[in-house]
Amino acid sequence: MFKRLYKKVEELRPLFAEGGKLHAFHSLFDGFDTFLFTPSTPAGKVGAQIHDGKDSKRTMIMVVMALVPALLFGMYNVGYQHFLATGELVRGSVTCDLFWKAFGFGFLAVLPYILVSYIVGLGIEFTVAQWKKEEIQEGFLVTGFIIPLIVPIDTPLWMVALAVAFAVIFAKEVFGGTGYNIWNVALIARVFLFFAYPTHMSGDSVFVRTSGTWGWDEGKTLVDGFSGATPLGQLATTSDATLIPVDFWTAFNGLIPGSVGETCCWAILLGACLLLTTGVASWKTMLSVFAGGAITAWLFNAFGPDTAIAHLPWYMHLVLGGFAFGAVFMATDPVTSARTETGKWIYGFLIGVVAIVVRVLNPGYPEGMMLAILLMNTCAPLIDWCVVQSNINKRMKRSQKKEVAL
Amino acid sequence: MQQIELKRGLDIPLEGEAVRTIGSVRRPKVFHIVPSHFEGITPKLNVKEGDTVLAGGVVFHDKKFEQMNFTSPVSGKVVAIVRGERRKVLSIDIESEETIRYESFDVKEDLRSLLLKSGLWCLIKQRPYDCIALPNKEPKAIFISSFDTAPLAPDYNFVLNGQSNQLQCAISALKTIAPVYVGLDKKADSSSMFKNLKDCTLYEVKGVHPAGNVSVQINHISPVNKGETVWTINVQDAVLIGRLLTEGKVDMHKIVALTGPMVREAQYYNVLPGISVKELLQGNVYSEVPCTYIAGNALSGHQVSLDDAISIYDNQYTVIDSGVETHEFMGWLLPRFSEFHSDRTDPATFLDNCMTRSLFGKKEYKWDGRLKGGLRALIMSGEYDKVFPMDIYPEQLVRAMIANNIDRMEQLGAYEVAPEDFALCEYVCTSKLPLQAIVRKALDYMKSEIE
Repeated sequence: MFKRLYKKVEELRPLFAEGGKLHAFHSLFDGFDTFLFTPSTPAGKVGAQIHDGKDSKRTMIMVVMALVPALLFGMYNVGYQHFLATGELVRGSVTCDLFWKAFGFGFLAVLPYILVSYIVGLGIEFTVAQWKKEEIQEGFLVTGFIIPLIVPIDTPLWMVALAVAFAVIFAKEVFGGTGYNIWNVALIARVFLFFAYPTHMSGDSVFVRTSGTWGWDEGKTLVDGFSGATPLGQLATTSDATLIPVDFWTAFNGLIPGSVGETCCWAILLGACLLLTTGVASWKTMLSVFAGGAITAWLFNAFGPDTAIAHLPWYMHLVLGGFAFGAVFMATDPVTSARTETGKWIYGFLIGVVAIVVRVLNPGYPEGMMLAILLMNTCAPLIDWCVVQSNINKRMKRSQKKEVAL
Repeated sequence: MQQIELKRGLDIPLEGEAVRTIGSVRRPKVFHIVPSHFEGITPKLNVKEGDTVLAGGVVFHDKKFEQMNFTSPVSGKVVAIVRGERRKVLSIDIESEETIRYESFDVKEDLRSLLLKSGLWCLIKQRPYDCIALPNKEPKAIFISSFDTAPLAPDYNFVLNGQSNQLQCAISALKTIAPVYVGLDKKADSSSMFKNLKDCTLYEVKGVHPAGNVSVQINHISPVNKGETVWTINVQDAVLIGRLLTEGKVDMHKIVALTGPMVREAQYYNVLPGISVKELLQGNVYSEVPCTYIAGNALSGHQVSLDDAISIYDNQYTVIDSGVETHEFMGWLLPRFSEFHSDRTDPATFLDNCMTRSLFGKKEYKWDGRLKGGLRALIMSGEYDKVFPMDIYPEQLVRAMIANNIDRMEQLGAYEVAPEDFALCEYVCTSKLPLQAIVRKALDYMKSEIE
């Protein structure tokens, strides 16, 4: 069967080759060709004649798979929060019917974001690959999957499309494509939305879908006293310095308002397990983000100002907001992270520190993870420079010692 | 004895190890001497068509260092000088006589001039630049690694069996130039002939590939600083020098291991450089699929065609399936049960580790010469570090090399490396970068700018 498929692909190949009728779509053809069949390109004349089976496609697909639990739970949570708001569902009593109804609603609500993200992003990638006569790079498979997971569910689709286009073009392609970008592309999309359309990105009404989706469940009245504020949003606005909006296990389970993929810690943990066992993400970065966050939050607990967010127990910081999601999926992005092993410890730790500092000390932003990761993306080359410089200094000292001895 | 323990690296379980027998190769009529085997030199011919040379007689010399000769492995008549574009000498063909007549050398002569004159100088390589040792530089040390950890590498304890005399002779002579260091394999049994060497400093290396790479050993024993030169000699090549010193003649017979999964009967052969690859293989290869013929090992060798000549540097030939007829459906997603994995990105690795190895013992893998992916920019980090046991940042060094930044290369340790040290990095690279080609080009560039 595969042989026949292969023959078919080979028959089509001349159409897309230089001078063929469909040459303008050769990057698309190449994309599908290498998707279907691992290229049989032999190794170069000199150098390693055998190669390991892993390639960029396999690494990227591992990250996508790791994101799936967070996505599925996120879909369910979108429906759950919606029906909670309309009063159709009461916390703690979910029947099987309601479960599927909530999941179905969330699925339909999230699906357009995934489609828009992939269509816009991959469209740009395909065009650029065609233009630069390069192969299509797989980086956007992950980026395009993450973007729907880190935006509020009420963001208008055109904004997402605009943000994706901005991020792919100005944060990636102008630098040269996957592997050359300085900042995490998905976060650039989010930060674009955050500063261009601030009213749609924070507040009490954006994290819960109160209207319907695809015409389903439109125009329902909301229950009395409904508030769609995220726990971190509540903490940022409250005047009660002892407020703890949710308990640890509720936050860990993730049936709370928030961006689609960020709420459920066990789903993120499942993804983390996959990333760490396959070795795609660095355990050093991941662990040090959590360590940095925990230590900083604990310091605020002990010595911080008299505000609710500073009093929030340190372990709550790690399960609320985008902290876990950022630590597992975004801080570990190898391209924008520190690239030396020592650098990864420092880089991760500082992300944790900065995220909590922004949360506690900045009155404007309830969440600090996005800014922390972007800031450390910027600093990562500096961290690497220092680490590599110590190796260089050692070598210089060694050769100077030699000169003195002579 | 100094011990080096290496934690990083990777052994690659390629099949087709040579059995310990030495086969014979019929001596062909015509031998080819190929100047491009000797990297970094410009040949100036000393012979013309119709001339007769003895084994050890000069065929050509280097344009820059005129005293550096390159000599013939056999005696006979020069039947053709094959030239390519811009009259570049591609090969000098010598018709061999029935019995080889040897040019005799005066072994009392100064070692340097003897080696230069006899054409065996080219066996001495140097760090920096991994090139033929520059005669105008004084080495601070001479390193010989007595073992090779590359896939299916020849076992020098077998190859040099009975020639410890010549090896000792070479080492004692080289000691007059600089202190000699010989690296021993920790795993080798106590009967190893190398353990009894004198006039040199012995050290033991424990670890997986690339523990046998001489650069790795130099990096741990006596790293090369700016302005310093270290000589390296392959252990079998040192025996050629020893043979010259004991017998007064240039006898280039070498024992070459023919290995790899596509070889029918992998074993050792006693050959003279200059014969063609075809004559070494003699149809001893499975021919169902197109094969890749590799001079050297599968990690750091280079492709050759059947008509190419065997060079004086070769100790091993490997034949693998070239893979051009393998069309793997969704290879990036589906588990590959028959392949070796250096990491755990393939679900088959788990099953492999948990089941097959414990149930069936050693597993046999399928190998071919495909890249198994497309060329990308560097994406994953820390991959190279895991297989690069030197106090050097490989990724940063490669970046400096791609950028042709000599200062940065110098700072990051480019003087200490050879392309072969990046072979495993190239093997594991997700982005499929041709690292050894990059390193070779950068070292050549550096040499041309600095020397």
